[in-house]
Order: sequence, then C-alpha cells, then structure tokens
Amino acid sequence: MSQKYALIGALTLALAAGASQADPVEDTLVVNGEIEMTTVAPAPEHLGGALDVVRSGWLYRGDETRDMQRDDFENPAMLYVEAAATAWSTPEGTAGKSCADCHGDPESMRGLRASVPKVNPNNGELWAMEQFVNGCRTERMGAEAWKWDSQDMRNMTALLSSVSRGLPVNVAIDGPAAPFWEQGKEIYYTRYGQLELACANCHEDNNGRYIRADHLSQGQTNGFPVYRLKQTNLVSLHNRFRGCIRDTRAEPFEIGSPEFVALELYVASRGQGLSIEGPSVRQ
Amino acid sequence: MADNVKPRVRVPKSAKAGEAIVIKTLISHPMESGQRKDKQGNPIPRQIINRFTCEFEGEMVLDATLEPAVSTNPYVEFEAKVPASGTFKFTWYDDDGSVYETTEAITVS
Repeated sequence: MSQKYALIGALTLALAAGASQADPVEDTLVVNGEIEMTTVAPAPEHLGGALDVVRSGWLYRGDETRDMQRDDFENPAMLYVEAAATAWSTPEGTAGKSCADCHGDPESMRGLRASVPKVNPNNGELWAMEQFVNGCRTERMGAEAWKWDSQDMRNMTALLSSVSRGLPVNVAIDGPAAPFWEQGKEIYYTRYGQLELACANCHEDNNGRYIRADHLSQGQTNGFPVYRLKQTNLVSLHNRFRGCIRDTRAEPFEIGSPEFVALELYVASRGQGLSIEGPSVRQ
Repeated sequence: MADNVKPRVRVPKSAKAGEAIVIKTLISHPMESGQRKDKQGNPIPRQIINRFTCEFEGEMVLDATLEPAVSTNPYVEFEAKVPASGTFKFTWYDDDGSVYETTEAITVS
C-alpha cells in the first residue's frame, strides 16, 4: 500500500516538474560575443495591458537550441545567409543588374527588417520584405519575381534580417498604417476553425504553458525567418501563420495575402522593443 | 561535384603549448543518402562526404569515416593538443571523387 502511494507521489512530482519547464527561462542572448539582444521588453502601450512584458521566443527554447543561436558558426541558418550573399551580388534579369549595383553591401539595408511591414508610399499598400525584394527584382532588375515561400526568397530575407540583428522592432502603426494594423488586430483576436481558436487564445492567454508536448511562446516575430530544426530549413513567417491556422482546422489565408501582411504588422507591433534576431534557431 | 560545397573551420588563432583547443568544422553538402527515391520512383544515387581528415604539420589528428546516416551539412567538432605553432589541414572526400581542402594556422606561445 505504502509503495503505491509513494509511486503516486513520484508521478505528481514528475508532472509538476514537467509543467514548470514550459516557463520561459531567464537568460541573456549575445550573438558572436558582440551583438547584444533584448529578449525581454516592457509591453508596448497599444497592447492595453494584455501582456506585462514581451518575450522573445528564444527564451522558450531548450538549452541546446538557445546555444546554437549564440554563434553564427553553429547557427545552420547562416549557410542560407551565405547563399543569399552570393545571390546579392549576382546580376540577374534583363537590366543586367544585381542587388549590389544599386544598394552596395547588404549592410546598407540595416534597419529595414526592423521597420517592415510598412506602407509603400508609391501605391498605398502595406508591403512586407518579400514584396520590396520582388519590387526591386521585377522593376529595377527586369528579373522574375521569386515566389513568397521559395528557398531563394527565404535566403534573401534571412540575409536582410541578419544585417539588422540587435536593432529593436520598430514598425509604424499610425498614419497610413493604422487601418492595416486594425485589420491585423481583428484577425489576431478572431477565433478560426473547428477548434475555434484565435491567435490570442494560445499566445496571449496561455504562453508559458504546454500545447501537447510543445511550449507556447508569445508568438513574437522578431526571430523570423527562423531556422526550424524540425524542417532543417528556413521557415518564413507566413508559412508559420498558415501552420497555426491550419492546426485550428480552419482554411488559412494564402501565404503573401494582404490579410497575412496585415497580421504580420500587428504581431510585429506586439514585439516593439525586442531585438531583431532573424535568422534565429527554433525547434 | 555537388553544388555550393564550401568548407568552413574555426580554429583559435593562438593557444598555449599542450593546451586542448576546440576545433569546429562544417561543410555544406547535401549528403544524399542513396535511400531516397525521386518523384518517378527512381532511386537517387548516393552522394555523401565519406571521409574527413584533419592533419597538423603532416601528422594525422583525426581520420573519420562518415556514413549515409550523417545529415546534411556535416558538422564535426573535436579537441586537439597543439605542441607548437603550425598549420592544420582539413580534407573532405566526396563520393564523386571531389576533394575539398582548407587550412588554418595557429600560433603557440
């Protein structure tokens, strides 16, 4: 009898220990010993108190995964960044130009990643990084547009993100961006699918808890594009949005759709102040 | 020759005599296992890095056999004791006969 109680006691302990593991860790992220990252920041005012602090998804990952991101040599995403650096200076299209002919070094794009998506003043649309890249390709280079979720595009967004690492997320949500931000917020709080889940149900109400065997983070976007160990490749933000909505058993918006770009703006604004980490490493 | 194969190594610039230093190596390579089939159902021929060696001034430090189960972009990390200043030579052998080499010098004080 006493043995049985002892066993139940041990099980309870194991469960309690398991539950606490989903909590975010307290740790400091410095990449390559020089880029200091802000992984916890006060929640921006426009969240209206929905979260106390905003936390990078990095804090929700295991020790080994976090370590991989500390050093570019161990970050598998940097292989794709290198491939994009080659593409950056390779002429393509009818104009015979490369990215480098207009922009110089990729470092000249430092800051861009922290400010997108933003309204394109030329057409009034909200544009994500992918659209700015394709705008250059089709209009200035005379090249074919890359597909939103193609390897080439993910590599290039990883390169453009890598040069902004350490800068705080700082997207404009007022002025011409305001209606897009409202649209994104609407999507964020709308319950979709047979499971009737909104983004907020998991990432706002239940972050720090488990969803089946996985940790629920706040769903911040500062680490995108991410290298996912599960896919052993770069994963774009819209691909991840689609995966989340699909898992609610809903019909997701298209990758690259105006709805997803609006959602991208809203979710980015929830992480104002966190450092750009992309390409980050996640499980 | 497979596309985009590029070796990378990280060796400390300097070390103390007899100190164990950490050497990290990575080569971008698809490591096609030979077990997979393409869309038409035909086997995709095996193409992997099958051997990796590290030499220090002509002396073998590490000679590793890599098998098809080793994943894409094989990463090898190991420790070595360095007796004096010199140069490490790293060599990767591809199934198709290609050989990729790189060297890295270290100063021992």
